[in-house]
Formats: sequence, structure tokens, C-alpha cells
Amino acid sequence: MTYHNPFTPPRKSATFDDYTLAEIRRAAATGIYDIRGAGTKRKVPHFDDLLFLGASISRYPLEGYREKCDTSVVLGTRYAKKPIHLKIPITIAGMSFGALSGPAKEALGRGATISGTSTTTGDGGMTDEERGHSETLVYQYLPSRYGMNPKDLRRADAIEVVVGQGAKPGGGGMLLGQKISDRVASMRNLPKGIDQRSACRHPDWTGPDDLEIKITELREITDWEKPIYVKVGGARPYYDTALAVKAGADVVVLDGMQGGTAATQDVFIENVGMPTLACIRPAVQALQDLGMHRKVQLIVSGGIRSGADTAKALALGADAVAIGTAALVAIGDNDPKWEDEYRKLGTTAGAYDDWHEGKDPAGITTQDPELMQRVDPVAAGRRLANYLKVMTLEAQTIARACGKNHLHNLEPEDLCALTMEAAAMAQVPLAGTSWYPGKGGF
Amino acid sequence: MDASVKRESLETMRVFDLATTPLRALNSALHAIAPGTNDTNFEVVNPRGSHAVAVGIDQPVTVDVKGSVGYYCAGMNDGGTVTVHGSAGPGVAENMMSGTVVIEGDASQYAGATGRGGLLVIKGNAASRCGISMKGIDIVVHGSIGHMSAFMGQSGHLVVLGDAGDALGDSLYEAKLFVRGSVKSLGADCIEKEMRPEHLQKLAELLEKAGLKEVRPEEFKRYGSARKLYNFNIDNADAY
Repeated sequence: MTYHNPFTPPRKSATFDDYTLAEIRRAAATGIYDIRGAGTKRKVPHFDDLLFLGASISRYPLEGYREKCDTSVVLGTRYAKKPIHLKIPITIAGMSFGALSGPAKEALGRGATISGTSTTTGDGGMTDEERGHSETLVYQYLPSRYGMNPKDLRRADAIEVVVGQGAKPGGGGMLLGQKISDRVASMRNLPKGIDQRSACRHPDWTGPDDLEIKITELREITDWEKPIYVKVGGARPYYDTALAVKAGADVVVLDGMQGGTAATQDVFIENVGMPTLACIRPAVQALQDLGMHRKVQLIVSGGIRSGADTAKALALGADAVAIGTAALVAIGDNDPKWEDEYRKLGTTAGAYDDWHEGKDPAGITTQDPELMQRVDPVAAGRRLANYLKVMTLEAQTIARACGKNHLHNLEPEDLCALTMEAAAMAQVPLAGTSWYPGKGGF
Repeated sequence: MDASVKRESLETMRVFDLATTPLRALNSALHAIAPGTNDTNFEVVNPRGSHAVAVGIDQPVTVDVKGSVGYYCAGMNDGGTVTVHGSAGPGVAENMMSGTVVIEGDASQYAGATGRGGLLVIKGNAASRCGISMKGIDIVVHGSIGHMSAFMGQSGHLVVLGDAGDALGDSLYEAKLFVRGSVKSLGADCIEKEMRPEHLQKLAELLEKAGLKEVRPEEFKRYGSARKLYNFNIDNADAY
């Protein structure tokens, strides 16, 4: 009788999985690392790992649709003569004209304005269209200083000094030549068609002591009218927040690693920085230690998708959130209606991230005149406003269920965590316990 | 206006003593200048190293600073003529749009950083990163400049009568650099280029504007971008 070994199915390595193998082959074939847009795609602890407890006998809820739940927020109350008053605590994050098409920027401005919130310029300066369609516009002050000028500083409603961003803390920017149209080139004082690198450090200051002087200069130029934000990538949130406060910031913007980018190395996006969830409590702690919580406002961004995410960020101590990727999706990014064209680009709706190549079928991350016509700024702006309205209603629904008449009254005690990791990062108890890692007892 | 601000002669000169007057009073007075007014001459005494002196000027005013200043003097100047009768700290005339800034002494780091227009004249030496990320400004330095000067310079001209430090013009775009003395080393993608007649003519213009008509353009060498790093190429990775 012949013995046959039982069949053992082929086993693939968990370490060298199909994606990893494909990346090794791609690197070997091309000799260049992968550059892409968007934020991290790996799974990290996030707001999904938190739940609200809701009201019970110990606290009572507010009536939905009947009892008021305020959503307003004022940003820049520390020093600015003209703080920003927003109707909702959800802002539009900085994204550049250049990375985005003109119609896409206009749509963001229109949607934000309908919703009573702010939008933000990016690495490339301020366009007239953007200023005109944004009732409240935050002007980014970036290391490249592309397009920077005192007239635009003065016609901005706030100034955001960008130190870093969540997708690439410690990294600069890059706008590849294929997206450098005549207009983009002229706004950035560079020849058409060349790769535009944005420096990772500011050209005329280093460190918190210099930043303090730089902020003073910006305040003097704008006669102390404008709120000054400082934006940092989520890396060392306790110290970065404390140093931003020390340097004189009115508002700290904290961007976790799920925050998007127009173009960065995949290795950077996936391996540098901390999840948004892990950034909030240290930043809030820094503000509380300095007696500045609610005096210097905290805006959190990076992977905010819903009213639930917004409510959770606010419950952990943020004053507002900012959305980037979600806003792009709302105005049409990665829409399945362009699936045939995504396939031609070797991808699929929902996975398209070659934003730097300028071939976006949705007309958003492109400077191609034909593609960008696909964005109707009025209709897309309306879609963004609808989405912001839903996010706000969702956050209010949760806040009322927790008995809060203002979103800012949400607190960590309203939350529990589903996982040990989330409990440790958010410093809220593991569901069903009164304990989280790092805190004694059980 | 602050009581300590005195008018020396009606309509002609306003004097701000920063020993007794807050900086805010000076800058707000400069910003309050109405277009077309004759009341455009300012003098600043006792600057004592103050930061952000005469920033955000947007009218053709004349400001004479009698002493040395700290960071960002004449920052974002747009049309003013600012003379510092002393030395300047980091970032003098940063992001200048137009106008003229003259430093009688030395300038610290980042002089003329990201400047988009106008003329910056430094009669002493300038420290490191002079003209960093320059975007159209013209800078003339009578003395020498430090390392990493004109880093990522996009456009404009940097003229140096003395020597340049290490890594001049690193990652340069289209800014044009003229150095009369020695260059310790050139940065990535920066090379010496032929001095053609149009460059000699431009250099002569800049020297004349800077009050250096007697200096001969032929004594300078020109440096610019090799343009090899304009589009990313893996074979150039060692250069970054």
C-alpha cells in the first residue's frame, strides 16, 4: 500500500504578504519609492474604538429636536482683536490650490460658508476665488512661503503657522511637475513643469523661542487683529502644544497620522507619526497644566469622518475638529461613478490615491482643465454643506443623549473604550470597568 | 498717538523713541499712513535690538533706525525705504515685496529670506542662509556671507563682494548668484556659469543701485542652477 501525505495547502507568510511582495517587486523594477496622496491606510486605534455611555439614572438626557444643543465655537480669544465665530465646530483643513483644482477649492469655500464654518488655504497661496467664496478663510503660513504676501495676510480671517502635518510630521511637501500649470507656477514663482519641493522647516526661524518672535511679527504686520493658529503633526503632542502656547498661539491645530497629504512617500505616511486618538489627551493635558484649556483652543484633525468622531474628539477635550479627506469625498473624490476611469488608472474607486499625478477622474486633485470641469462648485459646495449638516446633527444627537446642551460640555466621563489600546490612548475606562492602562485599580 | 512720540518738524519727520514708546505705536503709525500723504518720514531711536521693527510697511515711507535691531526688521516691506544705522538680527527684510532696506552694519541669519522684490543692501557681512528661498528680491552684500546662502533660491539676484561660505546655492532654482571673492563650496545642483553680457549689465545695474558704481562687474563669477534636480530622478538620489 502506497502512503500519500495528506494535502497541506500552501501557506503564505504573514510577514511577507502579497502586498509586501508586490512592493518589493515594484521597488526592484522602478528604483523609486512609492509616492501617493491621502493619509495612512493601515488600521490604527481610532474613534471607532470608543463608545458613548449615554444618559441613565445618574444623569438625564436632553430631548432631541426640542432642547437646544449649541454647536458654536469661538477661536482666537487669547490675543486676537477679531476672534473667529463659527456656527459649527467642524472646519475645513488646509489644502492647496495646486494640489486641488480651482473648482474644488471653490466648492470647499462655498460649502463651508453655507455651514458657517471656515476653510483654509494651503501650500500655494490664496486665490481670489477662494477668498471670495469663503466667508471665513484661514491663511496658512508655510515653510515654502509660496504666494505669501502681506496683502493676503491682511485679508485673511486667521493665520495658521504650519509646523507640520499628521501625514508627515517632520516632512516637507512636494508638488510634482505634471500638476504645475502656468497659474500654479506663477503663484509659486517657479518655472512650469518642475517638481516643487516645499521645505520641511521654516526658512527664518527654528525652535519655540524664534516662533514666539515670528508670531509677534505676524501680529504686528496684521495689527493684532487675526487669530494665529499653530499647526503641528501628531508626534509629541504634549510638548508641541505646550511650546505652541508658550510661543503665543491663539489656537493649536493637531493633526494625527490619518490626516491626508497631496503627495508624500508611502513609507513616511505609514510609519511616521501617531494616531489621532493618541494625540488628543496629551495635548489637552498640556493645555490644562498651563491653565490654558478653552483659552487657547484646540482643533483636532486626522481621520474625522462623522458626527460621532467629532463628538468623541470634543469629549476628549478638543474645541473643534477639521476635515480634509472627508470633505473631498463629500465633493466627489473617489466616487464610484468614475469606476471605469479608475480601472484604467490601475485602481478602483475608494482606493485611488495617486493625487500627485494630476489625473484624478473626479476633477479634484488635478490641474487638467478638462477633468476639473467635472466639479460643479455650486453643487459640490451644497454636498459639502449637506455633509457638514449631517455631521453636526449626529454630534448633537450624541451630546443630547449624554445630557449636554453644548457640544463642548461633552467630557471623557461620557466615554468608554472597546480595546485596551484605545483605553490607554484616550485615557477612558475599558468598557465595563473603571480602569484604563496607566491608571491603578480595576 | 503716544505722548512720547514727538514731531520734530511739522509734516516731515516723526520720531519714535523705543525706550519709551511701545513697538505697537510705531508699527500702527506706519500702517496708518494714507496713500499720497507727505507725512512719510520716520526716525526710530533707541531700538535696542527690538524685534519686528517697521514691519508690514505698505506705503513709500522712509524709516531711519538709529541703532541695531533684532529679528525681522522691515519684514514684508512693500514700498518703504528702511535704513538701519547699526546691525540687524535674523530675518531682516524677510519676504520683502518692494522697496529698499539698507543695513549699515552686519546682518544675522536668513537676511532677505523668501523676499519677492525690492533691494536689500547689507554693508557689513551677512551670516548663514542669506537669501534663503529668495523669490525675486535683489540682495547686495558688501562683505561676506555664511553657509547655505540662497538655499532653494527661486528667483532674484544675490551679489556678494566678499566670500561665500559652504554649500552656496544648494538646491537652487532660478536665482542668480554673483560672488567676487572665494566660494568655500557649492551646494547640490549649483554650478559656476558663464558670465554673459546680459549678466554683466544686470550686475552693473545692481551695483549702481546699491551705491557701488566703482566696483567692476568683471571681477565677479556667476553661479546658478544646473537644473539636474528639477524633476526627481532616482539616479540623482546621492545628490539630495
